[in-house]
Amino acid sequence: MPLLEVENLQVHFRTPTGINRAVDGVSFHVDPGETLAIVGESGCGKSVTSMSMMRLIPEPPGKIAGSIRLEGRDILALSDREMRALRGNDISMIFQEPMTSLNPVLTVGRQIGETLRLHQGLDQAQAEARAVEMLTLVGIPEPARRVREYPHQLSGGMRQRVMIAMALACNPKLLIADEPTTALDVTIQAQILKLMLELKQRVGAAIILITHDLGVVAEVAERVMVMYAGRKVEEAPVKQLFRSPRHPYTQGLLGALPKLGSSLSGETRRLAEIPGQVPDLKQRIEGCVFAGRCALATDLCRQYAPGLEQKAPHHIAACHFAAKEQAAA
Amino acid sequence: MTMPLLQVNDLKKHFPISGGLFGRTKSKVHAVDGVSFEIARGETLSLVGESGCGKSTVGRAILRLFDITAGQIVLDGLRIDDLGPHRLREMRRRVQVVFQDPFSSLNPRMRIRDILAEPINNFGLAKDAAERDARIAELMEIVRLPRDAVNRRPHEFSGGQRQRIGIARALAAKPDLIVCDEAVSALDVSVKAQIVNLLQDLQREFGLALLFISHDLAIVEHMTHRVAVMYLGKIVEIAPRRQIFASPGHPYTKALLSAVPIPEPGAERTPIILKGDVPSPVNPPKGCRFHTRCPLAFDRCRVEAPELRLKGEDQWVACHLENAT
Repeated sequence: MPLLEVENLQVHFRTPTGINRAVDGVSFHVDPGETLAIVGESGCGKSVTSMSMMRLIPEPPGKIAGSIRLEGRDILALSDREMRALRGNDISMIFQEPMTSLNPVLTVGRQIGETLRLHQGLDQAQAEARAVEMLTLVGIPEPARRVREYPHQLSGGMRQRVMIAMALACNPKLLIADEPTTALDVTIQAQILKLMLELKQRVGAAIILITHDLGVVAEVAERVMVMYAGRKVEEAPVKQLFRSPRHPYTQGLLGALPKLGSSLSGETRRLAEIPGQVPDLKQRIEGCVFAGRCALATDLCRQYAPGLEQKAPHHIAACHFAAKEQAAA
Repeated sequence: MTMPLLQVNDLKKHFPISGGLFGRTKSKVHAVDGVSFEIARGETLSLVGESGCGKSTVGRAILRLFDITAGQIVLDGLRIDDLGPHRLREMRRRVQVVFQDPFSSLNPRMRIRDILAEPINNFGLAKDAAERDARIAELMEIVRLPRDAVNRRPHEFSGGQRQRIGIARALAAKPDLIVCDEAVSALDVSVKAQIVNLLQDLQREFGLALLFISHDLAIVEHMTHRVAVMYLGKIVEIAPRRQIFASPGHPYTKALLSAVPIPEPGAERTPIILKGDVPSPVNPPKGCRFHTRCPLAFDRCRVEAPELRLKGEDQWVACHLENAT
């Protein structure tokens, strides 16, 4: 049984100028211990998807429909009390901005300890001892001293380590990491990615990694789902997605990416552009969401939204024209 | 040899940190601490490094957004670091900037027409209103925006379009050099490619020199002619693109390059994972500034700061190890 099953998730926001369909009918699943990456550009709905899994979308103005089942239990049907017992315990989350997501007036020890006291009934001293353990685990030097420090005394990389320590303190089954390394420098990003992978092995948690960075995806994910304008347009195992992307949007994204080492092979080709921009999500789009920017689009695409179709084993894409698996290559 | 367009000699910029009852200067942030380089006409030099390495401060110093602590900035043979406000004007026309955030770098209350008219009027580049309007229309065309968009305000545009407006504003002054301070970093992949291509086209068309400040090494490799790698206020390596990416000389450059995630699953690579964080520029380490994180540091690195030395074809590296071998 999959750990998490999301079916036909719709998250709409009421705004003064119309309904914003931030997520518009997205389904996917995550297996235990697996790393699924959700990629897409700003406004594609990837963060809203992750926030709804934590039930962090305020209603109103938001409105969630569909189902999100964690080990068979529909999260959307839980009471607030039941949800609190789950949040930070079975599912936890790491956010992009480690400065604004930590409380500046509490020591990091208090903040890590909070989940432990709440969910595991530890007392103050036990919680602190465990917090020190967690800080050691995430590789913070002098954990016994750091545990009494405040977020502003830590560097960006260390704050993100604290966030990871908090998220993993209760051994969650699912860890949602929303752009966990975007705010960090590359050398620190390398440290944090390595740490996340190591801890995943140890704790055995499944990870949903939300990111726009295809390099990070290639490095960390096992399966990838591509979102565009609130819909899922493609999903495949990571190698397959990078080797033979089927959806024109995914192809465009990969083509628009400059590659390190390109100057050495002597070919510094012009970057492929995806013309135009993301459509307005307040307009209902009947056809394919990508039709306005797609070189292959025809009247068919503008009128009928393509369903997600199997293009190769474990590889689905929502495109009328994407090629299916050719005879075994 | 022709004279470079811009020469920066031993540039230093220290920011005072004041505190205490009387606001005395307690200590200084050594944001830029002795940086020298040149940019030729029509050339792109990239400044790369992690946050806090001083790359943006170098850009701002060249734009004369503040006074520098020491050193010289020479534009076309003329020292501009000590020019008075009057003579600075002409220099300001010749060096323009495109900022990172297209949301905060355009005045939300001005129409695009007025945003573009400002530099044209300031520097007296049009003799009458008709010529100015023609120039504005031309600029819109150059950055591939619809001409009739000039009557709209910034909030009506997407991030990529706003960045085009920022570029048009910089071009309006007919500059020789544009400082691009993380100009594409805030953009999505597909839009980033559009802007990178635009910048390259414009450079070719107008013979612009670019100082391209960025932390994105893949974009840098794509666009640049030469690269200067900065760490804690100093240049640790400066070389043509090919040398930097094929045979990086400095251990920091190597670590930086190896840490970039590559969009190719299963790609074989061995990242050099640096330990710890960048030290504070208030109290930079003695000796080589990188020695606290360098996997190869030895005794000499802790006491003596290495100078930039010629390693190979136009490749300058500040490392004791390179000099030993």
